[in-house]
Amino acid sequence: MENNLKKVDIIFEVDEKVTPIDVLDKTLKRAADEIILDLIDSGLKGRGGAGFPTGLKWKFTRNEDSDVKYVICNADEGEPGTFKDREILDRVPEKIFTGIAICGYVVGAKEGYIYLRGEYNFLLKTLQRKLDIFNSQLKERNFDFTVYLKSGSGAYVCGEESALFESMEGKRGEPRNKPPYPTVAGYNSKPTVINNVETLVYTTMICHMGPEKFKALGTNDSRGSKVFSVSGDTPKPGIYELELGMPLHEFVNEFGDGDAKAIQVGGASGHCVPRKKFNDTIIGFEGIPTGGSMMIFNSSRSMYNVLHDYLEFFTEESCGQCTPCRVGCQQLLKGIEAVKRGERPPAYLEDLKKLTATMKIAAKCGLGQSVGNPFNSIVDNFREEIIY
Amino acid sequence: MSRIVNQFTSHTQFTNHKQYFIKLKLEDYMSTTEVLVKELVEKNGRTRNSLMPVLQGIVQQEHYLSEEAMLFVAKELDLAAADVYGTASFYTFLDTVPRGKNIIRVCKTITCHMKGKDEIVNVLSNALKIKVGETTHDKKFTLLTANCLGWCHKGPVMLINDEVYPDLTPQKALEIVEEYAKTTH
Repeated sequence: MENNLKKVDIIFEVDEKVTPIDVLDKTLKRAADEIILDLIDSGLKGRGGAGFPTGLKWKFTRNEDSDVKYVICNADEGEPGTFKDREILDRVPEKIFTGIAICGYVVGAKEGYIYLRGEYNFLLKTLQRKLDIFNSQLKERNFDFTVYLKSGSGAYVCGEESALFESMEGKRGEPRNKPPYPTVAGYNSKPTVINNVETLVYTTMICHMGPEKFKALGTNDSRGSKVFSVSGDTPKPGIYELELGMPLHEFVNEFGDGDAKAIQVGGASGHCVPRKKFNDTIIGFEGIPTGGSMMIFNSSRSMYNVLHDYLEFFTEESCGQCTPCRVGCQQLLKGIEAVKRGERPPAYLEDLKKLTATMKIAAKCGLGQSVGNPFNSIVDNFREEIIY
Repeated sequence: MSRIVNQFTSHTQFTNHKQYFIKLKLEDYMSTTEVLVKELVEKNGRTRNSLMPVLQGIVQQEHYLSEEAMLFVAKELDLAAADVYGTASFYTFLDTVPRGKNIIRVCKTITCHMKGKDEIVNVLSNALKIKVGETTHDKKFTLLTANCLGWCHKGPVMLINDEVYPDLTPQKALEIVEEYAKTTH
């Protein structure tokens, strides 16, 4: 079969002639509103998974009337199967710093933060050294903005933006009720832009190459490209920047081992797509969105084990403050174990699906709300494997 | 803290010699932790927002957060001790029970699971003669499992303290840990 998968090189591209600081210089000469219009025009949506339009996020924060505002780079990459942010932080950190500084200029912030997950502490020293250089470059330009580095301590839920603020404020990483949204009251209850690592690099690159080039990639609903983290049963695991809106079967042709029976799109909290649906599944905001995690399972894998692994993960990582998530995760895990052992009839799976519906409505944050994604997609498509 | 002090004073009633020894040790211990907390608070600022960096700094030095350390932090940052403990106990990397000088965390999430993390855990468990969650008698190692460490394309993977070791085989994992055993005193 012909392969149409389009590989792109924007994020990791190193241009000797135009460095990130050159992009910053060029951008700081432009009006903030113009930059926002470019971002909105580019169609860039958040690359962490939720997909909120980046230009709007910046605009809302800019419009807030406050002396103190913050820009935060969410580098708490904890979704199972995702490792692209680590690679970006390692290879092109200056592009991230530049994105943060541009955002600071646009919204009128004086402080930027990178919240790095504790599991990536080995990156701290190098990042801090490069950050010191970057901060001194800002000073030379009389641009009143400083980027600081903060470290997490091993909590998946802190990737949720409001939990991340709580953690930065020295509290338990428990998500807040929304609204107010971060653009109104984020870190220290001040207007805050919080963007994923990859999103910030794309903002730098859109400022560099203009929105047209970015817009030309992808589809109407999913503009641009995206960095994918490919793992599982594949002969070539790793990181690939691909155009959004690709049909899943093309992805499988390229990365599968010839025996792929299911792809988990979007990590543990994402959706499981079985082989029979490869042909009519689009990877993008119009189909199945993803923060980049693509885990491939071949026919040697038990989907019961996969689901069990995910549920164990959520049970441990649920922050525990709201009952639907805390108890829900536990009961889903116990439930599939009971069905497997024959202590509960197969129809019990329907009750468990109702529980995920309740969690989706009643859980406070994305963690509890999305447990139903893997649960329902695996139970519906691989029912026999769960029961027998 | 008072509980610990009582514990020590009751020991000191046995012999004069022992009393001298324990007193000296207790004071040494208190002072280093207190000095460390003061230094960290000085460096990060006397606000609630500094709590995480301060706690992280203590764990870096002492491998866990002792009751004393948390009480000192509460005093220095003017917080309720329960607030400090509440925050600390939320985070996997902020241990409130004693840990070894080297903390091994083997990733157990799906891809590493598929690539053989069980064998890694077993071989380390046998070599160190401890189960997951335990610390060796010589206090050199604690063996733990962790949720996704972000190396799914290079599993199985483990962290030892802050260092990462991807693409593991049981043999490779053993050699790495043996190297740590040699250099840890």
